[in-house]
Amino acid sequence: MVNYSDKIREISKRLLKDCKVDMIIGFRKGSVPMMNEPHFARTAEDVDELVWDSNCGINLANYLTDRKEKIGVAAKGCDSRNIVTHILENKIKREQLTIIGVPCKGMIDKRKIAGLVEGEVLEVTEDEEQINVKSSGGKKSFKKTEVLQENCAVCIHRNPVVYDEMVAEPVPEQTDVDRYEDVRKIEEMDPEQRWAYFDDLFKECIRCYACRNACPLCYCPTCFVDEAKPQWVGKSQDPIDIRTFHFLRAYHCAGRCTDCGACQRACPVGINMRMLTKKLEKDCKDLYNWEAGLTLDSRPPLDFYRPDDPEDFIK
Amino acid sequence: MDSHRINQLTHQRINQSRRDTDMKIVAIDKKDWEKGLDRLREAYRLIGPVKEDRYHYFRELPQGQAPDFDFFNTRISAKEIVYPQSEDLFEYTLDETKEDYHLLKEVEKDYSPKAVLGIRPCDAKAVELVKLNFDTDDYKDPYWLRAWEATTFVGLACDSPCSTCFCTTAGCGPYHEEGLDVLLADDGDRYVAKVLTEKGENFMKAAGWTEGAEAEARFESGKSAAEEKIVSTVSTEKLRSADTLALHGNEEMWEDISFSCINCGTCTFVCPTCWCFDIQDEVHGKQGRRMRNWDSCMFPIFTVHTTGHNPRGTKLQRVRQRFMHKLKYFVDKYDAGIMCVGCGRCVQQCPVNIDIRRVCDLMDRYGATDACAVEG
Repeated sequence: MVNYSDKIREISKRLLKDCKVDMIIGFRKGSVPMMNEPHFARTAEDVDELVWDSNCGINLANYLTDRKEKIGVAAKGCDSRNIVTHILENKIKREQLTIIGVPCKGMIDKRKIAGLVEGEVLEVTEDEEQINVKSSGGKKSFKKTEVLQENCAVCIHRNPVVYDEMVAEPVPEQTDVDRYEDVRKIEEMDPEQRWAYFDDLFKECIRCYACRNACPLCYCPTCFVDEAKPQWVGKSQDPIDIRTFHFLRAYHCAGRCTDCGACQRACPVGINMRMLTKKLEKDCKDLYNWEAGLTLDSRPPLDFYRPDDPEDFIK
Repeated sequence: MDSHRINQLTHQRINQSRRDTDMKIVAIDKKDWEKGLDRLREAYRLIGPVKEDRYHYFRELPQGQAPDFDFFNTRISAKEIVYPQSEDLFEYTLDETKEDYHLLKEVEKDYSPKAVLGIRPCDAKAVELVKLNFDTDDYKDPYWLRAWEATTFVGLACDSPCSTCFCTTAGCGPYHEEGLDVLLADDGDRYVAKVLTEKGENFMKAAGWTEGAEAEARFESGKSAAEEKIVSTVSTEKLRSADTLALHGNEEMWEDISFSCINCGTCTFVCPTCWCFDIQDEVHGKQGRRMRNWDSCMFPIFTVHTTGHNPRGTKLQRVRQRFMHKLKYFVDKYDAGIMCVGCGRCVQQCPVNIDIRRVCDLMDRYGATDACAVEG
């Protein structure tokens, strides 16, 4: 990963020097363990702050929305797929972008690691496939594959699908993962169980909207929950309104979500709202053989009519 | 409760807080802890930290449940105990056949005594800061004040602070007493309790914990040991003298700070000192209620005018507002330090790692250069 950082800096400096871009969007080292901060660089000096490691789980496509500059952006597999979606949805132009592709072996799960060690996590370092954690209760090491974010563990598009330069050779894609085991479990529940499951899932929600705001798909000028004339959704902690927010937001992501995991990662109370978007992702795969953001050549299934669209649901 | 009564209560409370001359220390054998809690339940609703899935939260403690003191701090601050995220204020009917048609009627709420056990000193001090907003000469917020008056704050000294705690440079500390009625410290097979107010005395009596102890040394040594464990700091000395407009106008600094912000409400909602709210009317059928909900200056809708114009339309403006309020406007207006107690929740929970410690230092440093420029 060290060479990823070096390579990103090297490419960024060249792009800025050659005036190919006005700014680079990447990450700088965070101030607490397992966190990096999305960051922009306009000068060679700024570029020296850029880093890349297993804590770059925020989706940088989110920082491209409606920008006017020429931008160099570091993009792992999911970021690149959301960049494709952004381009298709006219939130940024391909010509504005120089995509610095980052092959990715997954981001580590800060909550999982915090739960596996004694006391407070004080420092996390990594070498190759190993994650070393220093906590107030001692030291522990983990295989990186054991502590990946849930979405990364089942990711099948780790390499950027669109890029101008790559920081390294592509990494092997995972082929033996079952992406939807968890979704099937919920599908198999009876309605009461499923209702109880989602009731429980959202019980800690504080409506901070971190999930929505970390999501590159959620760029509406006014979100339906913020709409006031007329108001669509109540604003209190009423569980009905909380669920309405989560359910409707998920539907807005159907056929567009890349399961980048930024929503779950951003949530301050650790809600796995991906269980909604993953179901829709699975449906899009089953119904339309569609995976979001893989190509600039066709539009997402829910914003385009094809004569051979499945219509079994019409009875 | 009229405002005069609230005023009286407030003054009474301040006087109580100052009764430190006859302050007592009481020992509580841990074997008597649960029995004491049961006795307390006869007079108080008890609230304390409870672990749910991953994190600790303040929850009401039903019979048989003791607070879980094996925690760093709760995920959400204790402000919700007196200031819930959603609170009904009034109810009304739109049914014209009803006599009380269109009349706002106050919603009955339970203001019976409650006691929060295990509130950290940072959160207790934060309640005092929030009070500056809800209890002013001109305005007394009856809902906040009644809830506050009904609450006894029983703190738990912080012997194992987190790496993100910076209370000692934020006008607070792991054994800070401001805002507390009782301060507990863990002392092996017992707790020692410093009784700080009359409310605290009544609480201890209700629990049957009255055995005096010579434990001043435990508090003194515990305090210095805990303070030494605070490794994180902020600089605030120059904030007061910094030129407000120059600080506000430092676009380059604010762009650097705000770039990563996604404008979620995490920092403001988990913050023990953020006090902003929004009033909402909700009608179901013919039945309506007026409530207030926490609001966040990070949300674009926070400042949207009815014309549609938004004076704080960009995220740079919103992020700047949050930090300027906490670290400059508040400092200037109240002369009570910064509007932050150093609990570190926003540091830990910001999804994109915007760190108030860094921002505070940048602002303070800017204040310093600004002052030098004036002198030069």
